[in-house]
Amino acid sequence: MSESKMRRYHAHVWEEPIIMQMGSEGERGIAIPITEKEIRETVGSAQSYIPAGMSRRRAAALPQISQPHVLRHYLRLSQQTLGMALNIDIGMGTCTMKYSPQVNEELVRLPQFTDLHPFQDEDTVQGILQIMYEFSRMMCEISGMDEFTFQPGGGAHGIYTNACMIRKYHALNGELNQRDEIISTIFSHPADAACPATAGFKVVSLYPDPETGLPGLEALKAAVSKRTAGLMITNPEDTGIFNPMIDEFVDIVHEAGGLCAYDQANSNALFGIARAKDAGFDMCHFNIHKAFSSPHGCMGPACGAVGTRKELADYLPVPIVTFDGARYHLDYNRKNSIGKVRCFFGNVETILRAYAWVIGMGPDGLREVSETSIINTNYMIKKILSVRGVTMAYPKQTTRLDQVRFSLETLREDTGVTTNDVARRMIDFGVQEYFTSHHPWIVPEPFLPEPCDTYSKEDIDYWVEVIRHVCEEAYRNPETVKTAPHNHAIAKINIRDLDDPDKYAMTWRAYMRKSKSRGGKQR
Amino acid sequence: MKPRGYHLLPSSRIKEVWVAMSANVGEGHPYIPNSVARARDAMLREIGVKDVEELLAIIPERLRFSRRLSLPGPLTAEPDLRRHVEGILKKNRNCREYLSFLGAGCWQHYVPAVVDEIVHRAEFVTAYAGNTYSDLGKWQAFFEFQSMMGELLEMDVVSLPTFDWGCAAGFAIRMASRITGRDEVLISWTVSPERLAVIKNFCHSEHVPAHISIKRVGYDVKTGLLDLEDLKTKISTRTAAIYFENPSYLGLVESQGEEISRTIHDNGSECIVGVDPISLGVLAPPAEYGADIVCGDIQSLGLHMNYGGGVGGFIASRDEERYVSEYPTHLVSIANTEDGTGFGFGFCTHERTLYTVREKGKDFTGTTVGLWTIAAAVYLALMGPAGMSEIGEVIVQKSHYAARLLSEIPGVRVLFTPYFFKEFVVNFDDTGKTVREVNRRLIDHKIFGGKDITSEFPELGSSSIYAVTEIHTRDDLDRLARSLEAVLGE
Repeated sequence: MSESKMRRYHAHVWEEPIIMQMGSEGERGIAIPITEKEIRETVGSAQSYIPAGMSRRRAAALPQISQPHVLRHYLRLSQQTLGMALNIDIGMGTCTMKYSPQVNEELVRLPQFTDLHPFQDEDTVQGILQIMYEFSRMMCEISGMDEFTFQPGGGAHGIYTNACMIRKYHALNGELNQRDEIISTIFSHPADAACPATAGFKVVSLYPDPETGLPGLEALKAAVSKRTAGLMITNPEDTGIFNPMIDEFVDIVHEAGGLCAYDQANSNALFGIARAKDAGFDMCHFNIHKAFSSPHGCMGPACGAVGTRKELADYLPVPIVTFDGARYHLDYNRKNSIGKVRCFFGNVETILRAYAWVIGMGPDGLREVSETSIINTNYMIKKILSVRGVTMAYPKQTTRLDQVRFSLETLREDTGVTTNDVARRMIDFGVQEYFTSHHPWIVPEPFLPEPCDTYSKEDIDYWVEVIRHVCEEAYRNPETVKTAPHNHAIAKINIRDLDDPDKYAMTWRAYMRKSKSRGGKQR
Repeated sequence: MKPRGYHLLPSSRIKEVWVAMSANVGEGHPYIPNSVARARDAMLREIGVKDVEELLAIIPERLRFSRRLSLPGPLTAEPDLRRHVEGILKKNRNCREYLSFLGAGCWQHYVPAVVDEIVHRAEFVTAYAGNTYSDLGKWQAFFEFQSMMGELLEMDVVSLPTFDWGCAAGFAIRMASRITGRDEVLISWTVSPERLAVIKNFCHSEHVPAHISIKRVGYDVKTGLLDLEDLKTKISTRTAAIYFENPSYLGLVESQGEEISRTIHDNGSECIVGVDPISLGVLAPPAEYGADIVCGDIQSLGLHMNYGGGVGGFIASRDEERYVSEYPTHLVSIANTEDGTGFGFGFCTHERTLYTVREKGKDFTGTTVGLWTIAAAVYLALMGPAGMSEIGEVIVQKSHYAARLLSEIPGVRVLFTPYFFKEFVVNFDDTGKTVREVNRRLIDHKIFGGKDITSEFPELGSSSIYAVTEIHTRDDLDRLARSLEAVLGE
């Protein structure tokens, strides 16, 4: 493809100062309602209600900025952010960068939702409880599970919740002393290892067969023992490869006395096609901010919706929304509950949006989401494999579901250009960078696109052409790729600063202090 | 594709009468460009398969779901969908139409219009994990959040927020345990029971090696302050940290911060303080009385309540490697560009996290509350130093005015005066009515009374926590007093 087909893109360049450098003495962004005269006369000064020594001595050194300048600054920062809504956001595998229907944004901004307090009397929140209850029924149908909680505030948090339930289950059975291992796979999301480790388990990770890319049954059989507390696994894993033996994995772990938790972050290709229950899982979690369309919001607010079979429903965090045929209730009476993993009921805004999304899609629409996701992925594979320097990991697995892991190892060997370089160069053409993949990089120089249901054939074609363009450029002129980006607001940063205690700075005050002590110039 | 028939979940408890809508969408779904047959067929041809079933052959028959999902919908037409959802939400009574005094971890503060405008921007709403360059604005907003919180807290390191205050406290306790190599945490009796329940999941169970045991430190039921004598009995060589909240869950300002942290530091332990940041315009930041790690919620800084959805927990500390290396959360650092022409941002010491080292990372992190982080940044930028101190003063005056009015009602007592911030405990023992009864009757007056803590703090009798913020007017507070008087007089 000729270069002319690449969009001429340039990111906004505003050269916005850090907010701490803005404004001037006496400016303010908003006025606070004053205390009425009668109140002041009755109670006197606020200081008289603050115990000795507990008053703030000097005002916080916050910036002093008038309202239009605050608005302008953050509007400019928003323009310097390449949200999914603005671009072909195919590169972020495992993230399902799908369209978040705009109408749902309007629904979550209604005061009938935003101005609800979590401790209101049940009678006054029957509407939102209905949404939560009905959405839990939908999730049960989609997964085959029997009960759901929406309390976890993200995908990893959902996995942690499952780890806590596994822990409690074995503790109540008196076996936790013995059962201290969780089995996962190296291609499952790293949270499937990190969360059980946080819950106190030792983690055993199965590695893939170099031919199939799948963890082997024999390896699993060798890993299970009376120390096995459970299995926490993704399927399809973060390669897009569906594990056809998943039910046998579950059986083996069950026979060893463990529980099985299904990480369904990669569920976008499975609506109406395969369910957690039918593979025998005891519990699962879905990312409502991914396959269920709630927007990603610069990394949240999010929801890791956790579902269990009825035998384990008692372990879910409280409260669970129930329905008695006439009214909705918050049920705190669960004798084996792990208690709480987050205050209140979770990021309910994500549930309200997802409820509207599922109803907007209907059963056939959900199935169409998944079929489209699968067709898009396999179409992209066909197109991308003609790009010089790109190979697909585990090529014998010709069909992938929601995403696919490629490798740029050939490109790196030929040109010295790495996958990180290509990711930085991609963004010069108006698409968001891609996600390489989580570590360890068993597949060298990886990238992991997920062309979900939101993207058209033409979108995929353009994205592939960007990859092709950058790879060809790497052969022709590797320096251009290595020094990218070129069409963005700033030049390449010194990433060593980020790990150097003398240089890293999480706050402006720390940055100023460290710059000063180095005698360097302060910006 | 098949015509889009209307389908109702057979077991559905949806009580609305659903009207089958014949939305005129032809074959394409508005959210799915490739649902059009032309595109789909062309792609299938390119792949070299006849239909999607051929691709699905990789899933064994026994694992395939054989029937159609039994779900309601589709409500494809936007007006139908909107009418349906709004119809359900209308059943709620909200805190704009009712007068609310609920707090206890989620408060009704004013959210400036500029905050809403910024967090409604599609650029921010739909961004996710883009890196340094393509999401530069997001990173800068994050760094500015950390920077402004750093000024409010007078601490040099502030994390990106985690899921909520409870999780932030749980992570902070785990950090302290790793820093000290000790396995016990002292927790004040007056912390929020919700947060304590969250903390427990980060500390228990006693059967696992990484277990941290929790010991509670009592309080003086007359003053509400931490019992220093009890602290001295509970502290030991196993003590990794103390965790207390200031203002406490009961609203009280803990004035013994310095003594508590001195006792804790003398023992080689860490002092962790949970704080509601909107109090810090008038109250001393915990670092000033010796806190090593500070956590709290950003909900009061420009987030709508969202039925408890609008929360996020920050963690802060001094800029020392022993702290920085133990954070589980993301830390955004500023960095200079290689050519020295400007600055950008990236994750500091990312190899701490699960993304790089899986189970060897510090606990876990993930998608948390990015958009709320930006809301809080905009809020602090608008408020400035004057706004933060003024709002603190206004809240103190209004809450004390309310407490005074209520305490004049026969039988009603306000506990723990005079040092509270925003929230105070109202006791109904002498009225002969339970909090539940009182609150039920207040609803008839379009008032949500304070959070019932009768079962959470049985030693305080029939009590509730009332929250008063800058949004309450004198008229509102007078109306509360009159209504309460009427309810109690019945």
